[in-house]
Order: sequence, then C-alpha cells, then structure tokens
Amino acid sequence: MKKNSLNAWFKSGSPGIWMSGGAVSIAVIMTIGLLLVIAVRGLGHFWPADLLQATYAIPGQASHVVVGEVVQAEEVPLARLKGAGLPVPDNGPEFMTRELLKVGNRDIYGADFTWLVGDWLVDQKKPVELMTLVRREWGNFYGTLVSVKESGKVIAEGEAGWPTLQERIVRVEDLAKQLSKLEKKDIGAINHGLERLRLKTRKLELEKTLTAEAQADIDAERAELDAKYKGLESQLLELHHAVDRDSIVVREADGKEIEISLGKIVHAYQPNGMSVFTKLRMYFANLWEFLSDDPREANTEGGIFPAIFGTVMMTLIMAMIVTPFGVLAAVYLREYAKQGPLTRVIRIAVNNLAGVPAIVYGVFGLGFFVYVLGGSLDRLFFAEALPAPTFGTPGLMWASLTLAILAVPVVIVATEEGLARIPRAVREGSLALGATKAETLWKVVLPMASPAMMTGMILAVARAAGEVAPLMLVGVVKLAPSLPVDGNYPYLHLDQKIMHLGFHIYDVGFQSPNVEAARPLVYATALLLVMVIAGLNLSAVAIRNHLREKYKALDH
Amino acid sequence: MNDLANSPMTANSSSGRIDFNTPELQRKRRIRALKDHLARWYVMIGGLSVLGAITLIFFYLGYVVFPLFQGAELTEKKVQSPAWLQQDAGKPLLLAIEEQNQVAMRVSDKGEVIFFATKSGDEIKRVALPLPAGATVASIGQAQAGNNLVVLGLSNGSALVFKHSYIVTYPDNHKTITPGLEYPYGEAPLVIDPQGRALEHVSLSATDETMLLGASSGSELLMLSLTSEENMMTGETTLTQDRIALPQIAEPIKALYIDPRQQWLYVLNGRAQADVFNLRDRTLNGRYKLLEDADAEVTASTQLLGGISLMIGNSKGGISQWFMARDPDGSSRFKHIRDFQQGDSPIVQINPEERRKGFVALDAAGELGIYHSTAERTLLVEKIVDGKGALALSPRANRLVVEAGTELHPLSLKNPHPEVSFSALWGKVWYESYDEPKYIWQSTAANTEFEPKLSLAPLTFGTLKAAFYAMLLAAPLAVAAAIYTAYFMAPRMRRKVKPVIELMEALPTVILGFFAGLFLAPYVEGHLPGIFSLLILTPLGILLAGWGWSRLPDSIRLRVPEGWESLTLIPVILIVGTFALGMSPYMENWFFGGDMRLWISHDLGITYDQRNALIVGLAMGFAVIPNIFSIAEDAVFSVPRSLTLGSLALGATTWQTMTRVVILTASPGIFSALMIGMGRAVGETMIVLMATGNTPVMEMNLFEGLRTLAANVAVEMPESEVGGSHYRVLFLSALVLLLFTFIMNTLAELIRQRLRKKYAAL
Repeated sequence: MKKNSLNAWFKSGSPGIWMSGGAVSIAVIMTIGLLLVIAVRGLGHFWPADLLQATYAIPGQASHVVVGEVVQAEEVPLARLKGAGLPVPDNGPEFMTRELLKVGNRDIYGADFTWLVGDWLVDQKKPVELMTLVRREWGNFYGTLVSVKESGKVIAEGEAGWPTLQERIVRVEDLAKQLSKLEKKDIGAINHGLERLRLKTRKLELEKTLTAEAQADIDAERAELDAKYKGLESQLLELHHAVDRDSIVVREADGKEIEISLGKIVHAYQPNGMSVFTKLRMYFANLWEFLSDDPREANTEGGIFPAIFGTVMMTLIMAMIVTPFGVLAAVYLREYAKQGPLTRVIRIAVNNLAGVPAIVYGVFGLGFFVYVLGGSLDRLFFAEALPAPTFGTPGLMWASLTLAILAVPVVIVATEEGLARIPRAVREGSLALGATKAETLWKVVLPMASPAMMTGMILAVARAAGEVAPLMLVGVVKLAPSLPVDGNYPYLHLDQKIMHLGFHIYDVGFQSPNVEAARPLVYATALLLVMVIAGLNLSAVAIRNHLREKYKALDH
Repeated sequence: MNDLANSPMTANSSSGRIDFNTPELQRKRRIRALKDHLARWYVMIGGLSVLGAITLIFFYLGYVVFPLFQGAELTEKKVQSPAWLQQDAGKPLLLAIEEQNQVAMRVSDKGEVIFFATKSGDEIKRVALPLPAGATVASIGQAQAGNNLVVLGLSNGSALVFKHSYIVTYPDNHKTITPGLEYPYGEAPLVIDPQGRALEHVSLSATDETMLLGASSGSELLMLSLTSEENMMTGETTLTQDRIALPQIAEPIKALYIDPRQQWLYVLNGRAQADVFNLRDRTLNGRYKLLEDADAEVTASTQLLGGISLMIGNSKGGISQWFMARDPDGSSRFKHIRDFQQGDSPIVQINPEERRKGFVALDAAGELGIYHSTAERTLLVEKIVDGKGALALSPRANRLVVEAGTELHPLSLKNPHPEVSFSALWGKVWYESYDEPKYIWQSTAANTEFEPKLSLAPLTFGTLKAAFYAMLLAAPLAVAAAIYTAYFMAPRMRRKVKPVIELMEALPTVILGFFAGLFLAPYVEGHLPGIFSLLILTPLGILLAGWGWSRLPDSIRLRVPEGWESLTLIPVILIVGTFALGMSPYMENWFFGGDMRLWISHDLGITYDQRNALIVGLAMGFAVIPNIFSIAEDAVFSVPRSLTLGSLALGATTWQTMTRVVILTASPGIFSALMIGMGRAVGETMIVLMATGNTPVMEMNLFEGLRTLAANVAVEMPESEVGGSHYRVLFLSALVLLLFTFIMNTLAELIRQRLRKKYAAL
C-alpha cells in the first residue's frame, strides 16, 4: 500500500515540482547566506572584544601565559592535530577544540595570530586591567600598563596610570592632527609649487624662451617657497618632539616590559572592564573611524576613506560622461535613424557589448586611452614633464572613461526602452500642434523618458562601482599618496591614480603580507560595497516600477 | 515632415484677423526650422560617434594584434664598395656588427681585423692580430651569441682568443663609438696541439671561471680547459691549464661546438653525422645521423642563442634544429626537433640572433632566409646577392651586412614579432630543455636567455574548465529555478523572489571572488565530506520532504497553498545542510583517517590545491545563476497560455504539461540563456583571479587550480612592455575573449528574437 502510493506520487510528477522548487530555495539561501556571512563578519570587526588571559600548557612542555582575543574556535579531528605534530593523547576523545587567538604584539611574537588547543588552556580569566593598545605600527598590543612617562621620567604608576594615559592620548591625538595638516596641506602646497616652477622652467627651456628675466622671476619665487619651507620645517620638528614626549611602559603576557611612545598609539582601552553601552559607543566610533580615516599599515588597519572617495569620484565623472552620450546615442537610434535591418544590427550589437567581459574594456582602455590618447596629450601639452608621463599613465580620467565605455550600452538600452514606451499618441499630438521634431523631442519626449534615463544612469553607476578587473589596468592602485581633489591648482587632478573599494578588497585580501589580520577589514569593506551597490540597484528597480505604473495610466 | 521654412501658411479668410505671414513670424519659423535641422545633425553626429566609439574596441584590438602575424621586412641600402675591400683584404672569416649598428668588424684569414662604419663602409681602425711568426690563421670559432669572444685556430697548433669590444663616449654631446680588441687570456696564443699541427676547427665556451677550447686536426680531437682562480689574499688571478682526453673518432671533423653549460661537445663529421661527448664524464654519448638523404651533406651549422640548440644547414637548402633531450628512460639523446627549407642551394652560413631564438641563413645562390626556431616560422626568403657571400647580423637583429666579392650590401631588417605564430600559440611546441613538445604559458623570467613561452592553449583550457564547472552548478539550478518561478510559483511569492535574484545579479564579482578565496576555500578544505554529501543529501531531503508533505493530513496541507513549495523547502534545506556539514568531521574520522584532503593527495594521488576548480565552480556558478535565470524565466513565462491551457484541458498533469509542452516551446530561450551564462563565465575575471591559484596547468582535476585568459590579462598586462610580443599576445587573448562572448551573445539574441516572433504568431 505504502509502496504503491510512493509510486503514484512519483507518477504524478510532484517530485519534479519539488525539485525545481528546491532550486529556487537553494538560490535564495545562497544569496542570503552570503550576505549574512559578510554582514556578520564585517560588522563584528568593530566590536571591542574581551581579552582572555590563560595559561597554555602543552603536555610535556613548559606552560606559558597567553593574552588575546578569541577569534574563532572549531572542532578538529584528533588525527589532524597529530598530523600537525602536537602531543595529543592516543586514546582521547575523537575531537578537540582548536582556538584561533589574536595575541597581537607582532613586534615581540612575530605573528598576530596563533592556533591553540582549547583543552590545554587552563586557568582562563578576564582581568579588568588587561588593555588593548591600537598602534600605528606593529598591530595591536595586549597587556597591562606599568607606568606613564614624560620625557623619560615616570609620572604615574599603577592605578593612577590609566587616567593619566587617557589624558595624554587626547593630547597626542590633537598634536597628530596638527602634524598631519602641516605635512599634507602646507608642505604639500609648497612641494606642489616647487614642482610647478620646475615644469615652468623646463617648458620655457623647451620653447627656447627662457630669458634671464624669466629665470630670475622663477628663482625669486623658488627662494620664497624655500624660505616658507624652512619656517614650516622647524614647526614640524617641534611638533614631532612634542608628540614623542610621552611614553608608556607596558607588560605583555609573559611579563616582558617594553616602552612605547604615545605618538605610536591610536587608542587604548580596557575591554574587560567596559559596560555594554561604552562598548556600543566605541563600536560606532570605530565604525566612523573606518569610514573616515586613512589606511594604516599597508592597508590592513585603519580606515578606507581614500578608497570610498576614489570610488565616488570615479563613478561621478563616469556618470557625467556616460549619461549625455548614452542618451544621445539612444535618441539617435530610436528617433532619428531609419528603422531597418541596419538599426536592428546596431541594436543587437550594443546590447551584446554589455555582455563583453569587463577585462576586455580594461585592455582597450590601457592600449587606446592611456598609451595612444594619453601619450599624444603628453606630447602636445605636457612636454615639459616628459619623460615622466602626465596623462600617458593610468589615472582617474582614463579609469572613468574606460568605465564609461563599459557602461554606455546600459544607458543606451535603458533609454531606448524608455523612449519606446512613450505612446505614439503623445508624439503625434505634439507634432499635430505644429511643433518641430526637435521641439517635440526636447519638450515632450525627453521629459517623459527622463526616469528611464535616470534608471539607466543608476544601473550604469552600479555596474561601474562594482567593476574591478578593468580598473586594475587603467588607474587604480593599492595606495594613492593623495586624494584626487585638493587645494592645489587645478584642484581636481584627473591624472592622479586613485584607490577603489573593490580593488581594496582584492588587494588587502589577496596581496597583503598579513592576510589574517586584514580579514575582518576586508569583510567590512565588502559589506560597504555590497550595501552601496544593492542600494543603487534597488533604487533603479523602484524607479522602473514607478515608471511602468505611470505609463499604464497613459495607455488608456 | 513639417516643412515650416518654405510653406507659407495660408491664412483662413474667416479668421483673417491673425496674419501668420508677418516677416517676424516667418523669421521665427525659419529659426525654428534651422534649430530643427541643427538638432537633427547634432543627434545624428553625436549618436553615430558614440556608436562608433564603442565599435572602436574591435578595430583597436585588431590593430594592436595585427603586427604579430606580419612577416619580416628587409630594406636594401646603397651598396658600398669601400677602398679597403678593393685591395687585397683576404677572405672574410667573420663579420660582426656592434650593438648600436654603427661599427662593423671583419676578421680576415690574413690575421687582420678591420673595423668599418656600417653607414659608409669606410675603414675606422685596422688591427693586426699578434700572430707568432710564420703562423697563419687556419680556422675561427665563436662563443655563444652575444659575448663577443672569438678564437682563431693557427697553423702552428695554437689558438688565439680575443674579444671585440666597443666603448661609447659622448664628447661634445655626440655619440662616438671606439672599437677595440681585448685579450682576456693573454696575447700569447695558447698551445692546443703540442705536436704543432694546424688546427682545422676551433670552438670555445667561456663562463666566469672556466673556458673550454676545443679544436681538431684531421680526425683528432683536442680539448683544453682554462680555469681562472682568484687568490683571496692578493686578488691576483691564476690560470690553470688542463688538457682533456676524449675518445677519438675516425672520421674527418667538420665542425665542433661546446655547450655553454660545458656538459656536451658536439662534433660534426664529414659523413653528416654528429658525435656527442659528455664532457663531465668524458665519454661518447652517441653518434647521430644528421641527414636522411645520402647525397646531402652538412654545409653550415651554428648554435642558437643560449647554445642549447644546434642549427644544421645542408647542401639541399634545408636547415634542421637539434638539441639534447631526455628520453622517457632518463638518458639524454641528441634529438631532431624541426626543419626549415630555404631553397635548393646549399646553405653557406647561419647566424643566430642575440636576443631571441631566431636565426638568419644565407645560401649559395645569395638568398637570405629569416626564421624563428620555436615558432617554426619562415618570416622571409629573399635574394640579396648573386652567388656566395658572408653575413653579419646585428645584436638587435635589425641590421645586416652581406659581403660579396668586393662589395658590401647593408640591409635593415624589421622583424618585431617572429616568436609568435599560430602553431606557437595553439599547438604543442618542443622548447629547448624540455623532453617533449608541450603546451606552456610562461611569459617572463629573470634571465636574458629565457625564451617566452606563449601558448594560449593552457589558458584557453583553464577558461573552459572554469566555465564548465561553473555551468555544472549553475545550469541545472538556474533552469530548474526559472521553470519553477515562471510556471509553478505563486505570484505573490514570485514578487518576493525576483528581487532576491536581481540582488544576486548585482553583487560585484570582486565580492564573490573574495568570499570564495578567503572564506569558501578554507571552509571547503576542512569540510570536504560534508560538501560532497550535500550533493546527494539535498535532493534526497527535498524528495523526502515532498513525499512527507503529500502524506500529511489535509488539514495541515491545505493551509499552504500551491506554489509555495519553495518556502517550505527553505528550512528543509537548511536542516539538511547543517546536518551534512555537521557530520563532516565524523565522516572524515570514519572513512578518511581524519583528514580527507590528505587522503585525496596521499591515497588517491591527486594534487589538491586549496583554491581549486571546485571553488571557482561554486563561486562562478553563483555569479552565473542569475544571468541564466532571468532569461530562461522570461522564456518560460512568455509561453502562450493557450498552449498550456490546451494541454491541461486534454487531461495532462501540470508536470506533464511542463515537460512536454512548456519546456519544448521555451527550449530555444533556455538554450540562449545557457549561452549567455557561458559567455559570462568565460569572461569573468575577478572570481577566477581570487578563487584559483592562477597556475596555467592543463589538468581536468577538480582539485587543481587553473588560469584563465581573462585573469592572465589582468595579472600580466600591467607588467608587459608596450608594443612587445607579450603585450600583443595579451591583446590577442582579449580579442579572443571579445569575439567569443560577442558571437555567443549575438547567437543567443538572434535565437531569442526568433522565439519571440514565434510566440507572437501563436
């Protein structure tokens, strides 16, 4: 009876329906699972984790104290641990836990992370006085504070040390800000001025109009800049001294004491003693720092502001190029070109160009834009800088232009679709009232199609923002020395290389020397990128749906 | 359309109060018409130029790739007959040109070296070599291409080694090249034959420590080794001479060559045979027959750049390449690699290039051939002079000088990309130091004698392998999901599912790649049994859930309407997944000795890379699913309702209608969806870049890495030299990708359009 009904069930075709339904579920689970993993790992990065102190006793070896954050714990078959050369008991349990501990102190231990067997961690506790020092180099430090020094003299010790340290860190932070302003803005401007003078001299030389007079002018200007620099230099020195005035002595897990200058410290906190609210405040502060700060330590720590800025800048310029041109091509194809087999072919070709691998556009951009166009621009207008290329090297402008070429089919297709949706009656009404074709287009058709153009633009931006492969060839670098926009003439530096969120993920996750330490940061960056792109796409979808509703009403 | 400009509006008599033809209004109409015209032109030019700019991609890529397949170009310059050549200058033994193409050198059999300007042919400097009294030059030999060492075999059994060198100076900002001779082993000739017989053939090979000199007199072989040793205390160098005794052969010797690694000595004899000696253990490796044809004989020979290959020219105009390669049993044999044919006149001289594995050959009829060995390319054969001549090729292989009679024929040569040919790109190539022909991609290396190996075959293979595994995952999932969504799913759920899939499509590939490389790869490595059991358990679980559902009492079953199966399956799949992955370590312990990865590489003998094709398949499959899904779903959804309703009305079940009617009708659409998915998988860059180890291997192994065309371009493009062969080959791979995806997409689009027409007819 039961067998029979199973047969009947199979015959009814229900298994097929269930299986195909399962495919949908799998796709949905995969998408949401991926987003969840990225979100959890990315957002977890900013939480000030508790510090664990324990004695690690490998059987048969001397034990030592370890301090660190528990990053990950997993059950591992005994055989695998044995394979790694650990003295595991032969007749123990089938599995043992293995914990990944972030022990920091890279300057002392050599590596930030260490795998430990959980069962051998004894005497685990979380003492309040353990602190985390976020440093500008060598990663985090975990340990306890011994004393605070000013110009080498101890001014606070023990209990009193902590509040003093916090006070001093605020002071150093303030100084560091002044320092960075001085270095980046003032001295940057002087360097920029000197470089411009050098190029001016060279240009005059090339044109053979470098008179003694002009030379004297330039020399005078240079002398002025040099004098300014001298003044700033002494200020700089002073600030450096002030930053290095204070230092602290800290003790790491095994009792070794080292001295760290306060100038090297970004934050200091004692996570074990913090309340949830304090931690929450710190969490958002960290999040803000991540979004607004420059990267540190070969991009593996700190913020990603330059990458965000670069991505935004590049997509903005791309959108500014791609929208008018894409719309123009679409208007031509739909409104002016004679509809026939040729336009059909063009339409198919444009449609398919959207499916051409992005890297092909990168190759084209590098060959044509950078070397051919950029090379000619350099010879014509920037001869004084040669052989150092100005535009004949990958940069912001070429990156934007390459992405524009890549995304223009998207705009054309979307705009054309919008133009096609506009009912004939509207057009004919306008023409019947005596408007010329151009007037109809400008005053009637295009305004009605503007949401479609908007959709096209947003989709183009979304595609461009997520594309990395072509950018690796035409202007994105792992670390750009400065932002493409600053206070020096011409303010927007189209020839500069930029940083990019997508490339940042690739670079930090795969090319950095300390991938393990950078991993949480990569997840956070990825989360940001996903959010931006999902947001853009969803808004494009919303506009499109809105548009459809609107024309439905017009059709009747 | 509205010809405003020329048609005066006829005012209606009844409403004649408004005059439309006042000059002012006419002018306004004219301006409007002008604007209309301008707008038309503006849009037309603008639109066409945008479209033109996009299509520029094709032409530009083609334009960069094209020179790869062009042959060489030879331009003859004015023939020179310099004064020094008219006098009794002796027979030329050696002609050479220096790096800058300004100065050439000629060594004559009179023991005289003349340096002359290549431009005019005028003499610059004349040096008489320090030959001992009474001795004459009997033979000449050169070290491997590019190190300017020359050895002269003398009639008194000794040999003179000298080096021609050129010093570039810039007095008064004017480049001047001063040629000169150096004697690194002393001006006094080295005694090779103690009996004082004339040395008929000489050869040398020099490294920093040791110089080997080989010579022959009749059928007797003589070898001398000079080891220089630097005294640590005084810094003085002392030369130690050592005579090497070799087994003697009976045949008259015609030429001899020493391998630059000083392992092999090749001796060609008069009967078109080569004897190869192993210099390390001083034994005869074997005797090899060089020519099949009994009438032919060896007329010219040389070593290619790097000295590994011997090029042997014969009296029938053929040139063949030989080098030492290992047999499967491990013993080294002198092997015939490939042949070139120039004409039917005997080859008189072969000159190797100093930067590439190319060579030029001159035959007795005065024809010049330009070749590349590994690419098996004959780039040019052209008649240069009448009759015999002597040839010099410049180090950059862009200048030639041929001496014939009392004239010098200077020629300039343009031969930018000889190393690329169809066979080198796509076929198996037998490279030097390899034991058999292979497909290899290896574009750069540290040393200068390295030959770039530019076979696109492993990259294309990697591309297709990655696409294959991706499609293996994506095709069934996406098509099944599309069918369900379009046909069975409740509309309300459909509205929820589609945005999720659209989100999936929008995810940047760099995210998928990083996720695959940093999360999935280590996770899969640690949970291999779980991943594989998922493949079996998930379908089983779904079926079980479906069957269980049908067994449930109606009161529960009817609460969930039809078309919501997917939702009920989500928890089922989650449970199955958790179970399978949770069981993974236990399964490893029970079946695979605790570590499946080790088990795979040890017990099965399969290489396991952490970032392998399986990971790429998973990640790229994920990327391709939404592409296939949305097109396939569209195709299924737009199957006319009349067809399905008809089928259902005739008593078919929904599943029967699905398989027999809907899928059949929509199959072209589904096919085009798969093609577009394939196109996407082939061109994907970031995922493969991050999820594989990027090793260009040709193995179908699921657990091994790969390198695709696209990833290769991304990795190597920034480092390649602009305009070089490597650069152009990378452009070629981009062009291949472009054409492949473009053709795939166009076909898919045409199929879809036909389908749409068909639907419209129904």
